[in-house]
Amino acid sequence: MEAAAHDMGLLRFTTAGSVDDGKSTLIGRLLYDCKAVFEDQLSALERASMLKGRDAVDLSLLTDGLRAEREQGITIDVAYRYFATPRRKFIIADTPGHIQYTRNMVTGASTAHMALLLVDARQGVQEQTRRHAFLSALLGIRSFVLCVNKMDLVDWSAQRFDEVCAQFRAFASRLDISNVSFVPLSALHGDNVASRSTKMPWYEGSTLLYILENTYVGGERNMIDARLPVQTVIRPQEESWHDFRGYAGQVAGGVFRPGDEVVALPGGLKTRIVDIHCGGRKLDSAHPPLSVVMTLADDIDISRGDMIAKPGNQPETGKDIDTMLCVFSAERSIRPGDKLNLRHCGSETQAVVRELRYRVDVNTLHKQEGIDELGLNEIGRVVLRTAKPLLHDPYSRNKTTGSLILVDPFDNATLAGGMILDRNKGGGAGELT
Amino acid sequence: MPDYSVSHLDLLEAEAMFVIRECVAQFRNPVLLFSGGKDSIVLAHLASKAFWPGRLPFPLMHVDTGHNFRETLHYRDALAARIGAKLIVASVQESIDKGRVREETGANASRNRLQTTTLLDALSQWAFDAAMGGARRDEEKARAKERFFSHRDEFGQWDPKNQRPELWNLFNGRMNPGEHFRVFPLSNWTELDIWQYIRREGIELPSLYYAHERDVIERNGTLLAVCEHVIPRGNEPVTRRSIRFRTMGDAPITGAVESRAATVDEIIAETAAARVTERGGRADDRRSDTAMEDRKKEGYF
Repeated sequence: MEAAAHDMGLLRFTTAGSVDDGKSTLIGRLLYDCKAVFEDQLSALERASMLKGRDAVDLSLLTDGLRAEREQGITIDVAYRYFATPRRKFIIADTPGHIQYTRNMVTGASTAHMALLLVDARQGVQEQTRRHAFLSALLGIRSFVLCVNKMDLVDWSAQRFDEVCAQFRAFASRLDISNVSFVPLSALHGDNVASRSTKMPWYEGSTLLYILENTYVGGERNMIDARLPVQTVIRPQEESWHDFRGYAGQVAGGVFRPGDEVVALPGGLKTRIVDIHCGGRKLDSAHPPLSVVMTLADDIDISRGDMIAKPGNQPETGKDIDTMLCVFSAERSIRPGDKLNLRHCGSETQAVVRELRYRVDVNTLHKQEGIDELGLNEIGRVVLRTAKPLLHDPYSRNKTTGSLILVDPFDNATLAGGMILDRNKGGGAGELT
Repeated sequence: MPDYSVSHLDLLEAEAMFVIRECVAQFRNPVLLFSGGKDSIVLAHLASKAFWPGRLPFPLMHVDTGHNFRETLHYRDALAARIGAKLIVASVQESIDKGRVREETGANASRNRLQTTTLLDALSQWAFDAAMGGARRDEEKARAKERFFSHRDEFGQWDPKNQRPELWNLFNGRMNPGEHFRVFPLSNWTELDIWQYIRREGIELPSLYYAHERDVIERNGTLLAVCEHVIPRGNEPVTRRSIRFRTMGDAPITGAVESRAATVDEIIAETAAARVTERGGRADDRRSDTAMEDRKKEGYF
């Protein structure tokens, strides 16, 4: 059973939505149908459902965690859920969908391969659906499933389903999305979630679970541009390893092999890879997302924050960084002239906000120019100037070397997350077509 | 065409090693909280891998309630010796003797909650600024909202409503003096992942995790192993059964499950088919619906 159990590896997906569109019920249904709900959780649910005066077990209560969330009936934060089928392991980043939780959606989307967009069949595509789709696309998610929920309340109507799909297609054509599936379902009754609905014979597509289990997302890894951001240098003090000097990090792109010629940046010295290890085991190659230790033929001064790449394929380096920024702080907005702390791969440096080019209205996708600040949950194009050059790639090419966060130097809060834009294209991530 | 596919275990391993290295790189004086449970054993194994061929660049610390199983303590000492790690033992009994905490009284008294004071005292005594732990998000609903790098204020408290967002793999470990971080490299692992990894890596565990014959009593719906910390009361019948433990805590609160699974393969098969969560046998979580959230806010593991 094991060998076949995890053929498709791991899929991370996001869901965003409000209480009303049945998101919690859908997740509860997925967990329940995949037998990821245990008896003690179920009996706790029965107790909680009864206290709330519900007739049946309310699956949506499965996903409410913190006391405040239960009391207010909302999701405040990103909650991570886990389940597995014999084919794949799943991590759900479950986020609230209201505009005041844009930052949570962005956080959840930053590590996801796929986004589940939930629509109430009666309401059709709403502002919230569009916002979630836009944010997911902005964060580099390419695979989407539009779940048209509550089909039971529109008499399982094929016509209504087609109308909703058409609404979404009209909007999605403006986003950089390559793969969208459309599924009519009822989370409450389980139709087309894990098993095929008998009520909608007109639907010839797959169930939601089948799509989750079989969508290929391996193409998201960059296997071309070899990048090893150095996290730490390992120099054992023991006598037997006296001359060992290993560069540890998680491969962010491309493939490294022993014998390959590499360049250590920002120094620029070239050398060759001697060995690649993972916990004492020698590897034939290192590729994303493995955490490895590399030894090099020459003694070069390399430390945390440096990057190992190939001489013929190097990241960009520079102090002027054009980003699409999302602001997380309720206390402090981003303004021109702000001096902040910047983290990128293993390096930490100072950055000053040079220019706010425009703000994106996440509902209409319109650009608002001439702005003087970017506040909580707002997204905009911002030019930064860093104290130290950043070794970076466009986010659209590499999420690891193309992302950064800004930290408040006084209270240490994470103020914003940024995606580095492709200077050759003038836009890239978030540039709308 | 070479095969660059990665299994879910490769991915979880790479992520955990990244987080452990990041913790060492960002903090001045980190420590690994070692309970003797399978999660902290896996964590110690990953830490060894992350710094190979060097030794662990941080000590292990065990908060010893004085109610641990003997097997746990033996295992702990042997493991620290094998990987060449420095071991610190922080004692709840000492906290009681010094008057820092008062022992609970009553029929269901436990030292579970007292550990928080001992832990926080030890962190400040040794000036640790980051404490790594083996907690997983799938264990419990309050833990589902934890960050990899989780900030604690100067009172060691967790503020779940004001957590730092964590995007990509960019962790923000900046803090003010007197504050500290809890770091959870196994956040994305499930119980099944842990067992599959134990099998893949051939990690040795304390014998308590495997089915064995033992005298047990049933107290408040929980099977407890009879030992020096669990003494049958007058009307409690003692029976001999084949049991094992799914989690490892203090003897008086850690429920056993009836099981014949005596090998890793058998445990994986049993875990995959399990109908009760692993903490379902933990009396400390059953005190209320938000027992874990409340304890975490105070500074619990």
